[in-house]
Amino acid sequence: MAPSLHSLPTTVFLLILAVAVASAAAAASPSSPPGEDGIRVVAAEKRIDLTGPIVKVFLTLKVQNAASASEASYVLLAFTPTEVQHLAIVKATRAEGKRKKKTYVPLPVEPSHLADAPNGASLYAILLSTPLKPAETTTLELFYVLTHSLEPFPAEITQSESQLVYYRDSAVILSPYHVLEQATYIKMPSNRVESFTRVDPTSRSGPEVKYGTYSNQLPNSYLPILVHFENNHPFAVVEELVRKVEISHWGNVQITEQYKLRHGGARHKGVFSRLEYQSRQSISGASSFKNLLARLPPRVHSVYYRDEIGNISSSHLRSDSYKSELEFEPRYPLFGGWHCTFTIGYGMPLQDFLFQADDGRRYANLTFGCPLLDTVVDDLTIKVVLPEGSKSPEAVVPFLTEQHLETSYSYLDVVGRTTVVIKKKNVVGEHNVPFQVYYEFNPMFMLAEPLMLISALLFLFVTCIAYLHMDLSIGKSQAS
Amino acid sequence: MAEPEPTTAAAAPAPGRLRNAFGGVLCAFTLLLIGVLAFSIRLFSVIKYESVIHEFDPYFNFRVTQFLSKNGIYEFWNWFDDRTWYPLGRVIGGTVYPGLTLTAGSIWWLVNALNIPLSVETVCVFTAPIFSANASWATYLLTKEAKGTGAGLMAAAILAMVPSYISRSVAGSYDNEAVAIFALVFTFYLYLKTLNTGSLFYATLNALSYFYMVCSWGGYTFIINLIPMHVLLCIVTGRYSSRLYIAYAPLVILGTLLAALVPVVGFNAVLTSEHFASFLVFIILHVVAFVYYIKGLLTPRLFKVAMTLVITVGLAVCFAVVAVLVALVASSPTKGWSGRSLSLLDPTYASKYIPIIASVSEHQPPTWPSYFMDINVLAFLVPAGIISCFLPLSDASSFMVLYLVTAVYFSGVMVRLMLVLAPAACILSGIALSSAFDVLTRSMKFQLSKVFNDGSAVSGDSIAEGSTASNDTKGSSTSTVNTNSAKIENRTEKSEKPSKKNRKKDREVTGSVPVKPKKEKRLSVLPLEASVVGTLLLIVLGGFYVVHCVWAAAEAYSAPSIVLTSRSREGLHVFDDFREAYAWLSHNTDVDDKVASWWDYGYQTTAMANRTVIVDNNTWNNTHIATVGTAMSSPEKAAWEIFDSLDVKYVLVVFGGLVGYPSDDINKFLWMVRIGGGEFPHIKEPDYLRDGQYRVDSQATPTMLNCLMYKLCYYRFVETDGKGFDRVRGYEIGKKHFKLTHFEEVFTTHHWMVRIYKLKPQKNRIRGKLKKLKSSSKTSSTLAAGRKKNPWQ
Repeated sequence: MAPSLHSLPTTVFLLILAVAVASAAAAASPSSPPGEDGIRVVAAEKRIDLTGPIVKVFLTLKVQNAASASEASYVLLAFTPTEVQHLAIVKATRAEGKRKKKTYVPLPVEPSHLADAPNGASLYAILLSTPLKPAETTTLELFYVLTHSLEPFPAEITQSESQLVYYRDSAVILSPYHVLEQATYIKMPSNRVESFTRVDPTSRSGPEVKYGTYSNQLPNSYLPILVHFENNHPFAVVEELVRKVEISHWGNVQITEQYKLRHGGARHKGVFSRLEYQSRQSISGASSFKNLLARLPPRVHSVYYRDEIGNISSSHLRSDSYKSELEFEPRYPLFGGWHCTFTIGYGMPLQDFLFQADDGRRYANLTFGCPLLDTVVDDLTIKVVLPEGSKSPEAVVPFLTEQHLETSYSYLDVVGRTTVVIKKKNVVGEHNVPFQVYYEFNPMFMLAEPLMLISALLFLFVTCIAYLHMDLSIGKSQAS
Repeated sequence: MAEPEPTTAAAAPAPGRLRNAFGGVLCAFTLLLIGVLAFSIRLFSVIKYESVIHEFDPYFNFRVTQFLSKNGIYEFWNWFDDRTWYPLGRVIGGTVYPGLTLTAGSIWWLVNALNIPLSVETVCVFTAPIFSANASWATYLLTKEAKGTGAGLMAAAILAMVPSYISRSVAGSYDNEAVAIFALVFTFYLYLKTLNTGSLFYATLNALSYFYMVCSWGGYTFIINLIPMHVLLCIVTGRYSSRLYIAYAPLVILGTLLAALVPVVGFNAVLTSEHFASFLVFIILHVVAFVYYIKGLLTPRLFKVAMTLVITVGLAVCFAVVAVLVALVASSPTKGWSGRSLSLLDPTYASKYIPIIASVSEHQPPTWPSYFMDINVLAFLVPAGIISCFLPLSDASSFMVLYLVTAVYFSGVMVRLMLVLAPAACILSGIALSSAFDVLTRSMKFQLSKVFNDGSAVSGDSIAEGSTASNDTKGSSTSTVNTNSAKIENRTEKSEKPSKKNRKKDREVTGSVPVKPKKEKRLSVLPLEASVVGTLLLIVLGGFYVVHCVWAAAEAYSAPSIVLTSRSREGLHVFDDFREAYAWLSHNTDVDDKVASWWDYGYQTTAMANRTVIVDNNTWNNTHIATVGTAMSSPEKAAWEIFDSLDVKYVLVVFGGLVGYPSDDINKFLWMVRIGGGEFPHIKEPDYLRDGQYRVDSQATPTMLNCLMYKLCYYRFVETDGKGFDRVRGYEIGKKHFKLTHFEEVFTTHHWMVRIYKLKPQKNRIRGKLKKLKSSSKTSSTLAAGRKKNPWQ
């Protein structure tokens, strides 16, 4: 069994190498430079942070427009197909101004279909706020997050082993432009680095590996590398998260979050011994985790933490005026491949979240994403349940999401509540940004349900009175 | 409850009418408060723990309700459950009393139809408290039929907080009994109501209520035996009336027809011995009715002739029927009785023949302290209530006495049936307290009025009359209730007396002038001091009762048993190991994996972990349970073979040795040996006992120390403290270091209370053999494959 396991990743690796070499060869062919042949990257630095379960990449590009070219309104960025699949978010900023008055202006990033890239690579366009004039140079700071990009190897470990993972990338930056000078730094969580591909010049100092400096790389160059290192960080993956936000104009916002959590690291194999786990905590189950931390808004109240079979009595809530932190444990420690489900619910004061827009509409200002720290959400659904009688809802989310409307019923509803459903895949902590749901609401609707109850009770009493005063018996007249 | 008003109002002048209306409203309000009390005293479990289903059986009921609410009623009737009793399965729709499930299911449906988002679990948790409120209202009605409003309110208040009933109906204790006690009391109420009014309408309602009871609980046989007994009593004591006939005959006919509609009862309603008494009495009643009819038709002389004729014929028919029945009954091995019913008649039956019934703690006879715990001061009040029932004895009050006496007997046989005793004790205590207060307050009134109106020295009874009148004018809360009760008492007396004299015509009575029992009144006047002290003492007694009940509800009966807590210096410590294990099973094993455990945990495993179990708390197949018992008491290899033959993948044991949880599998183990040994003789109980003593320390027998249960419980236990000290048993275990060869530990909960093992797959050990084979000679793989199957056939 063991040799076959070994051989599989190796073949995969070789395959990737072959593909990469092919792509590099393709890149070398003269026909490839697409689009704006005027732009070139003067200097590039790529820092890959592999310390957590999520891969964070910081890319600094110094871009120069050719003197002969026209004005450039965007700069392209290339990703391999696997990267695109795991890409959670891309952010770009542009440094403006000179030394002391340097400011970073965020720039929009969009998938680009303007030009084709070889081997299925995708291009993203960074739209510049002011076009790049000929011969002008600017610095772009890029940040992107890749999820599920650390592959555990070995894929199955026992309780006493620690978790080793593979990371695959390229030593040089994949770019549709000429790159004059570049370096790649990979930072790993510990000194325990099993192996890394050497593409000279390559150097390692402690947990950091440096590739480069390379100079004068052709467009679309790709030099595959593989890093094998220890990462015992909890690989908490929320497979599915449904957040339900119920807005009540009586003064409360109720949030219910249903989690399906999985340990996404190397699968646990064989025995789980509680004895080892309890007595030798440092070495036993190093990659497992039993605590989770959720950052909730300040002033939350009536927080609960339960699953389908009842309350889970292992959570602590700390609140201050900026945030509340809910530290909780799943019912059992999670080892690789283990699942658990749970529900967190809490209420929040309405005035912190509901505002009136200038055009008279109301809007709820809520936070997107998942309150758990350092987790990936594969599938996020946010349901904003507006009060009964709300009209023309509209959700404004700063990134691309899938949205539709539903009607849900609760608490004596007659016409039902309009519910805005927002769905997004592959969500990370960087998605925890505010979003707004605008809607129209007439306060008269707040009285509908109390009035309904009052009239029902009135009807009941009237019926009682009528019944007591009526004589429905048949034989009564005979008796009297 | 508003029922008495029209008649009294019709008789009384205008101010009296207002007073009665006030009394009625007060009574209704009191009842409302009693309902609130009954509901809220049962919420301690939710407040102290959480809103969760308790214990074992409620989990099954909960699961059935979930199924019902998800799939609808027709699917429910046809439900074949393949998650339990693997590989046999269980027909749920035909083997379950559906009353509770249908009740909760319809509440859930109603609530959801109104768009109130309550989960099935919430509805299930709160069904029992809701029905406790209903039961206390039913008790009010029942007692009112027997002894009037005052006694009714008293009894309702007592029942609302009687610990015995609380123990079965705290929020979360979602069990049949919670609903059944209401149905029981309500059926009795309707029976007495029919008996008192002779109305066919109530007789029909009575049959429907009986149907509900049959749907809810196997204890319905108590009703169908008690009511015939009462009818027989009435006939024997010369209290036969057409009202009795109307009260009984429709109940038997309609009730039996309806009962046969419930799948779990079916033809048992006419075939088993539990129901025969009712048919026999039905025949006797008809004979008696016929005799009375003939008596009315014929002259006394002719009647005597006819009488002899009828009696001979009647007796002949009776004997014939009895002979047929006896023949039928004798032909069945258990004499037509179910095991549980038999152990009621012969308390030693179960322990002799059916260890599985005897192994359940709630089927044991109760100890004396449990009486004090469960009905507290009621035990002392009940005799007074019985006396009060005899002054004067009516049909209704004789029923109460009969109910009490039979219930006392049954509660003495099985702890569980203390629950049936509780309403009887409450009713009689309510009657006792009510009449005691009645006497005391009346004599206080009388003495006080004597002190104030010194001049009018009149004879005792006339003043007693006057005092009741002055009672009325003052109209304080208790006195209103008392006068009400006095009036109704009189009314029932009115309707009783003529019925004794003139047995056929009872309707005309209502108009007749009341005959006041003057002698009683004169007797009941006590000295002022004595009555004041008596009242205070009774109030103190009531106070004790309330304190005890609240304590019992809060401390003794609210623990859900799936969550345990302990208080230490650092605060509350929660032991949530059961749910930890079930959650682990549910999320980290395959959906179709089979889990073996002792039957106690079957219901919980299916409900919480949603995994197939081999045996569960519905102990319908003794052999199957014995198989699991045998596996647990066999050595590892034999156990592996048994479990493997049952397709079991995981074995779950409950172990309390680390934290001192006493009801664990080691303490239950002897029952496994006994039940297993009952079917498979190679398991012998003495092998597990050293000199008749059950122990797992160094003195334990080798059989004990090598059996699977011991190994699974104590695997690597010694490494926790180095000695292997078992905190439940209080000594160091016998065999400390051993390895498991056929099982591997896959999960142990935080406090080691639940340990789950996986059966090792076969090939692991075969590979070892293969290696040996390979080392000796390179044999062909076909030979190895051939051997692979061999050892475990």
